[in-house]
Amino acid sequence: MTDDRVRYDQARYVEDGQYEPLLSQKDLTRVEIGNGNDADDAATAGETAAVDSPLPDDLTRDSLELPALSEPELARHYTRLSQMIYGIDSGPYPLGSCTMKYNPKFTEDVAAFPSAAVHPDRSERSIQGTLEVLYRLQDYLGRIGGMDAVTLQPPAGAAGEFVGIRVAAAYHEYNGEGHRDEVIVPESAHGTNFATAALGGYDVVSLPSDDAGRVDLDALEAALSENTAALMLTNPNTLGLFERDIEVIAEMVHDVGGLLYYDGANLNALLGRARPGDMGFDVMHYNVHKTFATPHGGGGPGAGPVGVVEDLEPFLPAPRVRKAGADDESDAASAGRTYELFDPDNTIGKVHGYQGNWLVLLKAFAYIARLGDAGLTDASAMAVLNANYLASQIEYEVPYEPFHHEFVASAGEQDAADVAKRMLDYGVHPPTTKWPEIVPEALMTEPTEVESKATLDRLAGAFNAVAEEDDETLADAPERTAARRIDQTTAARNPRLSWHALEESSGQ
Amino acid sequence: MDDSRPTGSPYAPHTDEERAAMLEVIGTDTVTELFDVPSAVRFDDEFGIDARSERETRRFVRSILERNDDLVELLGRGHYGYYVPSLVDHLADRSEYLTSYTQYQPEVSQGFLQALFEYQSLLVELTGLEVANCSMYDAATALGEAATLADRVRETSGTRVLVPDLLREGRRGTLENYVAGTDLSIETYPTADATVDLAALEDAVDEDVVMLYAENPTVRGTIEERLADVATLATDAEALFVLGSDPIALSLLERPADVGADVVVGDASVLGLPTSYGMGLGLFATREDYLRQVPGRLVGASEDATDRRAFTLTLQTREQHIRRERATSNICTNQAWVALRTAMHAAVLGPDGLVELATRGVTRARDLAAELDELEGVTAPVHDRHHLREFVVDVDQAATDVAGALEQRGYAVHVVGEHELQICVAGVPEETLGQFSEEFAEVVR
Repeated sequence: MTDDRVRYDQARYVEDGQYEPLLSQKDLTRVEIGNGNDADDAATAGETAAVDSPLPDDLTRDSLELPALSEPELARHYTRLSQMIYGIDSGPYPLGSCTMKYNPKFTEDVAAFPSAAVHPDRSERSIQGTLEVLYRLQDYLGRIGGMDAVTLQPPAGAAGEFVGIRVAAAYHEYNGEGHRDEVIVPESAHGTNFATAALGGYDVVSLPSDDAGRVDLDALEAALSENTAALMLTNPNTLGLFERDIEVIAEMVHDVGGLLYYDGANLNALLGRARPGDMGFDVMHYNVHKTFATPHGGGGPGAGPVGVVEDLEPFLPAPRVRKAGADDESDAASAGRTYELFDPDNTIGKVHGYQGNWLVLLKAFAYIARLGDAGLTDASAMAVLNANYLASQIEYEVPYEPFHHEFVASAGEQDAADVAKRMLDYGVHPPTTKWPEIVPEALMTEPTEVESKATLDRLAGAFNAVAEEDDETLADAPERTAARRIDQTTAARNPRLSWHALEESSGQ
Repeated sequence: MDDSRPTGSPYAPHTDEERAAMLEVIGTDTVTELFDVPSAVRFDDEFGIDARSERETRRFVRSILERNDDLVELLGRGHYGYYVPSLVDHLADRSEYLTSYTQYQPEVSQGFLQALFEYQSLLVELTGLEVANCSMYDAATALGEAATLADRVRETSGTRVLVPDLLREGRRGTLENYVAGTDLSIETYPTADATVDLAALEDAVDEDVVMLYAENPTVRGTIEERLADVATLATDAEALFVLGSDPIALSLLERPADVGADVVVGDASVLGLPTSYGMGLGLFATREDYLRQVPGRLVGASEDATDRRAFTLTLQTREQHIRRERATSNICTNQAWVALRTAMHAAVLGPDGLVELATRGVTRARDLAAELDELEGVTAPVHDRHHLREFVVDVDQAATDVAGALEQRGYAVHVVGEHELQICVAGVPEETLGQFSEEFAEVVR
């Protein structure tokens, strides 16, 4: 059995009851700031230094105390920290609903092109390259989602949802239907859907699923009314099931004057196979850090572009990019512009200070341009193949099928969170746990297209080994990781959120 | 391999034999059968996007981006192009940092959690406030989140949010959208010489105000001199005082806690990111009193089963994946990797490097303004204030003409009025500033 587990101890630095020391434990240097200080008294590690300020003292702070370390010390600090992190390049990362696919290295090089480093207040004439990338990406995404117009401004999926909800609100308001105050969200939806609708000022109407795990049409009928602003839906849903009745659902929502919102978190399942626009969705967001393989970066940055049908285009955030000269071609040409920014007629305005996460958008653009039709279609095919193969190899029950790019297994009598901790000991990242709640002790698993059959077999081996283990072993896990099981209760009950707080609590 | 165009995904490792073997195990003949998609909504067409080799893709993207002019940017107003040390790129690009996600399994994410804890600590030191989250999207969305926090914690029945009339449209507009689902309304108060007009503000403040926002430095680069008085106005009205700033400014200017700020927002990516067409990192710090109303993720210290200190995301019951429609925010994916870069950049600079970088922003702006002020028909700075890294210049000619002529010579500056330009020295080498000054003189001659 030992052979199935991780075959090496991960790099681990242990010293005096802690792992890698904080920067603040390596050094803290206080710099005194004052007008007329002797500026030659430069800071050296661990000492107090003075800096001469060019401002009157009443406009400046008195001092600043931070670590002062040399570059070699910092290189070692951040390298050691990185060795205590599991990423996609470390091994399989089947975190359901997060689409943790391999991030191609070349896109980092593309984002680092010096020509990509431009300021947002540059004249349009002088940044035609940036505008062309944005224009082409708007076009790519429109084609992939079956949408008529796209904004790239939202900096993450939840921000995209918010744009969708704001656009829906503006549309209803424009049509004299500002009384619509409800957004319907399936019980099993992403938490962001509920939070986004609430942020938009809507009452959230929660929708139960039917016995097969899909939208319950009777419940939907009951939930819909003249107060419905929108229904937010993921397809395939969080169980990986395609909403077969999507055309009926769209008709029902449209019949009461509501809009149908597509949460793009699961778009990787459908690339080249089906498009939200063709299913009757009016507005959708794309998670480019999921579907288009931009790095998740330990929690972000992502990007959440939003696509809409023609009727909603006038409400999109400002500005968007279009070919110049829509009104007067010669004028645009003489001004040296092929592409230009414009504000949609009834725009909801801004949802980000500028144009969103440009470097992430650039990486997504490069990914789509690399894969093309052939690669994108194959990505969804292999993602679905991998999920089905993996599910067939694990002993945990998968109650709902036919699933697509992800499946939700049940840990049964075991605690799903403990199962996840134990899986870490087998050298893999565990699935998303305890959600969606429709499956007891859920293990929501999304292997993505990037795993080979051999890796999937190893991953299945980890699931199956843990399935055989007793509760005590699970509760004690993990034992082969950089840190052992971390006490969540203490962290929340006695919040220590900075090194300042640590010093206070240790009585120093 | 290098020049091959994909016929499938180049990042899906399956051989034909493996596909066949997997299908056989599953019990289907083709992959298509695995898709439970009704024929009416099936997509049988093509996107019309050509596949490319890696090399072709790089060449393709480069050829488009080369249409960007190579200009010296003397641009700021909220987005800055400071030099980012090589260490930041090389270490932050380690794939453990790049390819991991939110730390749902802290036992295999200690490194990132510690880096984010150190980032939070940096902000606690800079602001003097006890709590900093580990990122919002950018300054504008952080400002929006501050308003919804003010709405949640207010003890009065007010609805007014006051912001300076100079506030950038990107921030103002984003704030408007964030409060669209609340009863809050956004109003502006006047500024005088590009800083808070205290008398006018006093007239504007009443008990209906729930939040008062100011920036230091302002969007015009001026340094506020009476922030403590602004804070008093807010406190007397039982409103939150929210201050916009950034880590470089905070290294030198008055500490927000000392002037009475309740929340600090702003763009922390002035450290860690070069100019990125406006991509940012939302700074969010506040008093411990509001800890349970903070939006976004928080990293806290705890212990593991061996009693060693360890880090974890904490107080997650505030967040959308637990609290759903009652969450403090809808944010999930944030800017963690940018926060990592910011922390790295700050660590490379150290406290003296940070203060010196800010100090240079004062002196270089002051020196350049003085040089331009010597020119006939030019007044710089327009505002009789201290400045950090940027200032407004008045020219006799139309500002657009001067900016256009400067662009011809390879320099980008802001046009902020009919005869007003704004010039930012951040990240521009001293030698280049000298050349710019000469070219500017020729343009306005």
